[in-house]
Amino acid sequence: MTDVATTIPLTGDARRSNKSVLRRLVANPQAVICLVWLLGVLLVGALAPWLATSDPNTTFLAETNAGPGTPGHPLGVDSAGRDVLNRLIWGARESAMAVAVVTVVSVALGVSTGLIAGFYRGRFESIAGFITDVVLSMPGIVLLIALYALTGPDVLAAMAVYGVLLAPSYYRLVRSIVLGVRNELYVDAARVVGLSDWRIVGRHVLWAVRAPVIIQSSFVMASGIGIEAGVSFLGLGDPTSSSWGIMLQQSFNSIYNNPILVLWPALVVSITILALILFGNALSDVLQASARSKVLPPRARRRALAAAREALPGPTTEPTPLGSSDDVILSIRDLRIGYPAPDNSVNQVVHGVDLDVRRGEIHGLVGESGSGKSQIAFSTLGILPKEALVVSGHVMLDGEDLLADDTKLAEARGTRIGYVPQEPMTNLDPSFTIGRQLVKGLRAARPMSKADARKRLEELLVSVGITDPDRVMGLYPHEISGGMAQRVLICGAIASQPDIIVADEPTTALDVTVQAEVLEILRNLSLERGMAMILVTHNLGVVADLCDTVSVMKDGLIVESADVEELFSNPREEYTQQLLASSRSVELMEDNDE
Amino acid sequence: MTRHLLFNLGRSVLVLFVVTFIVFALMYGDGYGIAYSVLGLTATPEAVEAKVVALGLDRPLLTQFGDWLGGAFTGDLGRSFYTGQSVSEALSTRVPVTLSVVIPTLVLTAVISVLLGVTAAVRGGVVDRVVQVISVGGTAVPSFIVAIALVFTFAIRWRFFPATGYTKLSDSPTAWLASVALPMVALLIGAVASAAQQFRTAVLDTIGRDYVRTLRARGVRESNIIFGHVLRNAAAPGLTVISLTVFGLLGGAVFIEQVFVLPGMGQLANMSAQISDVPMVMGTVLVMVLIVLVVNFTTDLAINLLNPKARTR
Repeated sequence: MTDVATTIPLTGDARRSNKSVLRRLVANPQAVICLVWLLGVLLVGALAPWLATSDPNTTFLAETNAGPGTPGHPLGVDSAGRDVLNRLIWGARESAMAVAVVTVVSVALGVSTGLIAGFYRGRFESIAGFITDVVLSMPGIVLLIALYALTGPDVLAAMAVYGVLLAPSYYRLVRSIVLGVRNELYVDAARVVGLSDWRIVGRHVLWAVRAPVIIQSSFVMASGIGIEAGVSFLGLGDPTSSSWGIMLQQSFNSIYNNPILVLWPALVVSITILALILFGNALSDVLQASARSKVLPPRARRRALAAAREALPGPTTEPTPLGSSDDVILSIRDLRIGYPAPDNSVNQVVHGVDLDVRRGEIHGLVGESGSGKSQIAFSTLGILPKEALVVSGHVMLDGEDLLADDTKLAEARGTRIGYVPQEPMTNLDPSFTIGRQLVKGLRAARPMSKADARKRLEELLVSVGITDPDRVMGLYPHEISGGMAQRVLICGAIASQPDIIVADEPTTALDVTVQAEVLEILRNLSLERGMAMILVTHNLGVVADLCDTVSVMKDGLIVESADVEELFSNPREEYTQQLLASSRSVELMEDNDE
Repeated sequence: MTRHLLFNLGRSVLVLFVVTFIVFALMYGDGYGIAYSVLGLTATPEAVEAKVVALGLDRPLLTQFGDWLGGAFTGDLGRSFYTGQSVSEALSTRVPVTLSVVIPTLVLTAVISVLLGVTAAVRGGVVDRVVQVISVGGTAVPSFIVAIALVFTFAIRWRFFPATGYTKLSDSPTAWLASVALPMVALLIGAVASAAQQFRTAVLDTIGRDYVRTLRARGVRESNIIFGHVLRNAAAPGLTVISLTVFGLLGGAVFIEQVFVLPGMGQLANMSAQISDVPMVMGTVLVMVLIVLVVNFTTDLAINLLNPKARTR
């Protein structure tokens, strides 16, 4: 994907200031509620000696099994005569300590080894990988139980062991992030500048790792609470303690006498885990996903679209057809495409585009990446990403508005409009043979027997330069080269004899020598079959080579549209002139290289 | 592919050795401690000394491990320090109980969460949000707390089901079902919550692939794309989800057996650990590690069979 809207600037994001992260967290009600509960638990735990009216094991035998609301015992008294609220308060302290042990042990082990493995790789990485495998093959709970024989009723020791068992999750997370960052430009640059490894780690890698580790930690803490409760519930805790798990166990044992007792520890344990999970989710929304567009639910979608349409600059003059109307096969009018911004408004990436393609004409659509050219190509086929919002516009195929009528669009897609994608290898389904995919595509567009479809496709494969079509049809995508995959995809696009082909950077991903061949194929197809084509590209050389007419895009607008000769010899817009000048200097550089 | 599988098999065997050795060393490391626990804290030093020798705990650790391993190959995992019962014999009555809860739950989890996850990913909208809420709620409440709530409601309040105990399937299928129904529901809730969410992610990930867009552009019908291509390609990550579910269920079963007093291997491990009956604990650890490795290996094999790239290699 080359769209601006879907790229995620990971490193830029990680460097966002703490202040704005905090502000956005505070603006998120879910995060605030969770945080209040969690800080409350921490505070209660820390202040337990002052908050609790007595020791957790002080007994009020006269009031044994008293229900909630008993004077002096708001949550009642348990079957051993102990005040329930008091025990919950002391339990908060124990649970917080248990969680702290799990988190510290697993973060210390996992993050440090992950950093080293990701940064230095080599033997350390392979050994750490094996140890990770070993640890993950350990049956966690059973191991904790087994080690009871070793540690005795000591929950903190069990938590430390659990921390070791969880360390691989941090290891994997950190290692993969460091591997990514390591290959990024700025670390290379830092190396060139001569910073020591540790300063690079400190300055860049820790920045990138920080947010994911914090998010992961909130989930680890959640599982820590659950495991503490579980281990104690199994009877492996210290029976004299008042941890929430011990309370669960003891109240469960007296569930027939005093069923309500089990409710309190069950509630605090569940709410605390829920708060940690929801807080982790909110954190990851704020820290990671905000740069990504999301699919809006239907109502928000309608509202966003309505607001965006409201803001449009009113009905201007009626758009005029650029070419003679009988001759035009595809015409786009006032096309505006946007993506949802974090505040649910629409962030437009195409700002009202008009475009006409005549029969048999190859129309180049050039511009920098992110200028909106692929968006236009996708919208003619109705294959924009799910989150995209078409704010306004018409895509007229032979006088019929495809954007206004989904059934017309579905009929035209693949039959009258063909699509040649950018990256050949990822556009073939890896699980099926070439033959099966091609036959299925053709039969979806033109109902015919499998044998007929196969025959026609084999002829087409020969015409795009594949000499042994029968063998190629039996191969899987990973068994053919990129150039051959692109020929196959071109065949897939033209097999149904469409009126127009939309080719999205069809040569960008290919080797230079293969590029020329594929361009030749496209040219011949257009000449022989009279197919029109929209050729999306950032390469002016390709335009000069192949196109009849060309539109230059910048920031979601077409700035200039003309015949190719005219545009190259006499560019009117300054941006077009710059584009031409820069492409010439690139060509000069490439010539010098050779 | 054969080479890859052989490599994996070798790795699994190595992991098996390393894990069992580590656990063995940790548990048998302190022979006197074990003897103390077996005899009780009032035992005289002489009695402890005699017990250590009697149980063979005075021998070097490697010798003990070698003996244990040698025995394990012939199915002899030693005898209980307390009752003298053979460990393999104990396991042969305990493991089926656990599996008779875990396997039906696994099947149910797979069916329900595939349906939920796929619908959520494909349909989006309300189903999607419901699945997300269920998954957060279901993972937040530990399975044993769900189990306690179930006992409380269905066994104590309404007396629909027996609160505790186990009847063999071969003795009475209906009584068996009654004895495992609540344990299965308790396990199912958490398992579906996490598996449905992961299936959803796997399907969404596949729907976002370039070739799905190209199939759409070719005019292939959406239902054909979903059932013919998306599900086929999401199958490999889906299998991984299933294998993780197996581990989750086995871990959860330990707690569930405690709540419902089911005589499964989790309960055996727990009971034995609390009285330092190390041969019993070691036996359950071995069974657990074996299950983990076998499931991992089978998952890897199945994923390889699904992947044309590995298949044709």
